[in-house]
Amino acid sequence: MATTEEIRAQLAELVNEVAGVPVEDVQLDKSFVDDLDVDSLAMVEILVGCEEKFGVTIPDEESKNLKTVGDAVAYVEAHS
Amino acid sequence: MTLKASTGSPFARILSVGSAVPSRVIDNDYLCQFIDSSDEWITQRTGIKERRWVGEGENIETLSITAATSAIERSGIAPEDIDAVIVSTISHYEQTPALAPKLAHLLGLGDAAAYDISAACAGFSYGVAQAEALVRSGQARYVLLIAGETISDITNMTDRGTAFLFGDGAGAVVIGPSEVNGIGPVVWGSDGGQFDAIRMSHDIAGGVKAGEFPTITMDGQAVFKWATSHIAQATRRCLDEAGITPDELDVFIPHQANNRITDTLLRYLKLPEKVVVARTIQHLGNNSAATIPMAMDALLTSGEAKSGQTALIIGFGAGLVYSGQVITLP
Repeated sequence: MATTEEIRAQLAELVNEVAGVPVEDVQLDKSFVDDLDVDSLAMVEILVGCEEKFGVTIPDEESKNLKTVGDAVAYVEAHS
Repeated sequence: MTLKASTGSPFARILSVGSAVPSRVIDNDYLCQFIDSSDEWITQRTGIKERRWVGEGENIETLSITAATSAIERSGIAPEDIDAVIVSTISHYEQTPALAPKLAHLLGLGDAAAYDISAACAGFSYGVAQAEALVRSGQARYVLLIAGETISDITNMTDRGTAFLFGDGAGAVVIGPSEVNGIGPVVWGSDGGQFDAIRMSHDIAGGVKAGEFPTITMDGQAVFKWATSHIAQATRRCLDEAGITPDELDVFIPHQANNRITDTLLRYLKLPEKVVVARTIQHLGNNSAATIPMAMDALLTSGEAKSGQTALIIGFGAGLVYSGQVITLP
């Protein structure tokens, strides 16, 4: 089982690859949209990337609740 | 009694390609008169700077005839030797007859078999699969495949999600027998569970009742999600089915739905730097079924791609449907 920090680090790489956000900026308290300037299409791509990387399924209704990096990390921890 | 079976060529290939680009240039600023958007937003989200729409005297027939005439001339095949015509379109607004017989007649192709197929943005690749099967089974020797679209007719100019996406145009190829294989196995499928991700605002009866011509509507995020997950995997399968590695690919012609989808496919496929990637979306927008042959012709005409090179084509769109294969460029 990966630790919270390991999941955050892997997610940070993904966010960097998709949206060009520096990995060190991708911290648990950061909002994807408001702090990291991730737009809606990039957000979809990050969630698809999470599904592949962590082997989880993120239903559409659930994805709307994943507003911060911490939300996404917690979701992966709870479902992987 | 034994029924005789048809026998065809062991292999098929694309002999030639032609295309037609309409005259009217529509830039983002023009469309922003009708929607609350900006050139910057549209460019950033889609990669589209301008698209071409039909102008005076241009329509799906004129575009298709221009593209097909060019493809036939370049093929070196006598028109009378073409014995089947497939037209892929979702913008021929007559329930019946199909567009193909009329185009076959206008092109002077005699009594060639002629029919339309409807597979939206995957329509060209669906048609290539059918043409290849006809040639290899001996049901036809030379097939003319035309993909023609005038999506501007069904574009809702006030929908800020789709008004800027589509352009008009046509592309055509002649497919015939070959001593070496020029068309790899098709990788295709559908997901009718998402029939409403890209659909018409009304069916014909509903449009009559509402007093407005049906227009195209789209759930952009649902399509984007499907394209960046399912289609990325299908694209990889096209290479596997053809038995080639990414290193052996020269040209990648994905359907031009959105530059961001193309970027994602590239990240997933990890294609080598040398692979030429079609980006016609910048000036032509999304031409539905016509996109891939138009891009193919543009790349060959500019010299960015060359005859004999190995190309991967993949289309995906309303249905939802998708289809792709590896081909040898004409």
